[in-house]
Amino acid sequence: MKDLLRFATAGSVDDGKSTLVGRLLYDTKSVLADQIEAVQRASVDKGLSTPDLSLLVDGLRAEREQGITIDVAYRYFSTPTREFVLADTPGHVQYTRNTVTGASTAELAVLLVDARYGVVEQTRRHAAVLALLQVPRLVLAINKIDLIGYDQAALEAIGKDFAGLARSLGFADDAVVTIPVSALVGDNVVDRSGHTPWYTGPTLLGHLESVPVTPPEADSPFRMPVQYVIREHASDYRGYAGQVASGTVRPGDAVVVLPGGATTTVAGVDTADGPLDAAGAGRSVTVRLADDIDLSRGDVLAAAGAAPRVTNELDATLCWLSDKPLRPGARLLLKHGTRTTQVIVGALGQRLDTDTVSYVDAPEQLAINDIARVSLRTADALPVDDYADIRATGGFLLIDPPTGNTLAAGLVGDPLRLQA
Amino acid sequence: MTVPVMDALDALESEAIHIFREVAGEFDRPVILFSGGKDSTLLVHLAVKAFAPAPVPFPLLHVDTGHNYAEVIAFRDAIVERLGLRLEVAHVQDWIDDGRLTERPDGTRNPLQTVPLLDSIVEKKYDAVFGGGRRDEERARAKERIMSLRDGFGRWDPRSQRPELWNLYNGRHAPGEHVRVFPISNWTELDVWRYIQRERIELPSIYYSHRREVFRRDGMWLAEGPWGGPRGGEALEERTVRYRTVGDGSCTGAVESTATTLDEIIAEVTASRLTERGATRADDRLSEAAMEDRKREGYF
Repeated sequence: MKDLLRFATAGSVDDGKSTLVGRLLYDTKSVLADQIEAVQRASVDKGLSTPDLSLLVDGLRAEREQGITIDVAYRYFSTPTREFVLADTPGHVQYTRNTVTGASTAELAVLLVDARYGVVEQTRRHAAVLALLQVPRLVLAINKIDLIGYDQAALEAIGKDFAGLARSLGFADDAVVTIPVSALVGDNVVDRSGHTPWYTGPTLLGHLESVPVTPPEADSPFRMPVQYVIREHASDYRGYAGQVASGTVRPGDAVVVLPGGATTTVAGVDTADGPLDAAGAGRSVTVRLADDIDLSRGDVLAAAGAAPRVTNELDATLCWLSDKPLRPGARLLLKHGTRTTQVIVGALGQRLDTDTVSYVDAPEQLAINDIARVSLRTADALPVDDYADIRATGGFLLIDPPTGNTLAAGLVGDPLRLQA
Repeated sequence: MTVPVMDALDALESEAIHIFREVAGEFDRPVILFSGGKDSTLLVHLAVKAFAPAPVPFPLLHVDTGHNYAEVIAFRDAIVERLGLRLEVAHVQDWIDDGRLTERPDGTRNPLQTVPLLDSIVEKKYDAVFGGGRRDEERARAKERIMSLRDGFGRWDPRSQRPELWNLYNGRHAPGEHVRVFPISNWTELDVWRYIQRERIELPSIYYSHRREVFRRDGMWLAEGPWGGPRGGEALEERTVRYRTVGDGSCTGAVESTATTLDEIIAEVTASRLTERGATRADDRLSEAAMEDRKREGYF
């Protein structure tokens, strides 16, 4: 029985990210003959003497023409022990937007640095975004180690430098692993390198195969936004469909319906394959309740003894993803769980300076890729948790009413607990 | 009491069910594109599971090129009957007959499906259109969102896609626009086969090895058909083959195979050195960006 690891890459353009992704796919034999032939054909057309592996991953006409990556792409590969979904994000220096998109569903992120330059501004910026989004596990891949002659002291210095940064961003020491690699040559990516006898840790693939994938939400209190009411008249069936967002639900559990506040117990946890004794985070189920109470799409079912708070006033952190700037007083839509409600933007708070990884003075407006604190007032009361506690009930979208476009990723509270 | 651990297929199934239920909750007139092939059959199976014990709250739409395999059409009608689903069929032939489309010189009708699809979406006011597209199929598809906005002309603009964060899908659209939804985006070909085996999902017989009269064209084994094959110099011969994908007969090739069971198919797909599209789809060989160009026009 294989499990699934969702992970993302981060790092700037020249750190060799596409080569690393290409190497992972190639060395796990996830690239098939017709894809290789297509790349060889296209490389010859471009006048290259060796195949350009970035053509394996750059899928759009404009990307191939310009030699850049425009948007996040998703890659799939598997080994005998595990299946992988890789969100392959573009490395543009100025864009945090793509890193946010790729990292929002990731259980692990691989952050690349160039061994010649070590931890640079872009590393701090991406590490801050990954910390903000609470990506549970981090790999620092120090790439191009062949170009510094596999210098142990230099690599250990970079690792130590990064460990300090990760600690100041709130990552636990055991959540971060540093691996020296050469994507070009293949050192420590899939196969162990003979050039780094002093390195005793896992290869990148070995780590990806063995790192635990239990979601952090597994041990949190039960939450389930109600998506849809399932009724079947012939059998008088009525159940509440949703995906368990955190914790576990079992028949007999006491639950509260929010924002209304009615309490009842779980009569059954159903699936199309029959009832379950327990369903954990990530599982789509249909919950039957003991009492006939008013409950519809948008409501949240939660553990009665450990419920989220219900509020119209949110202090939150926004990652602003749109070219259209945000000013105080804006009227927008907010999607939280399965509920969409109107929201008025209040005061803007401090902005994160991603170069120095510190909060600085409040801006007058938010521009694309800004990360800042903000206060919001919502039309409907929302059952929320701090994003740092439960990602699923602490995250929300801001949506532009006239265009329907997604403007921001919102995080309830201040997930980035910067350590001095 | 321990909580059962989800394996990779459980996780993919739960994600797809979540997506079906989001669409049911947020859209007025969704429809599932259904061809009778393995991916759309899988979609229908997941839709049934998402709403059980209630019926699937969406109809099905088949854009029928008229170049289909008889076994697939029979299977399509049987599954619709058995599950009590509603099926709409848009016949490409009707568009050719009244002059809205013109038959191509190469005889393939695969690219011609786009216009009947878009016309049907407008006519029936569909606002969410489920497709069985998977990101592992092709490089342009790897860039596709799970919920993907299409403008009033049905066009996909890869440069202005909405960011897709967590599992909060933003399906907002203006009147006249619609959203394409891909619940099995994150499945691979092998996931699909393993799940078909686990769930004992019935498929058209042409996915399993059989003897068939075929001829060789452009490195593929094509079957005889009303679309003009074989032509001069192409000779029919009987081969033991099966299909990895099901599409328009003019551009969907068979592979030589003796796999008659799901175990044998899974072993064969695992060992294959060719992607399913590279092996059996002529239309993707037209240019480096063939799929992207079709998608930009509104193809699914």
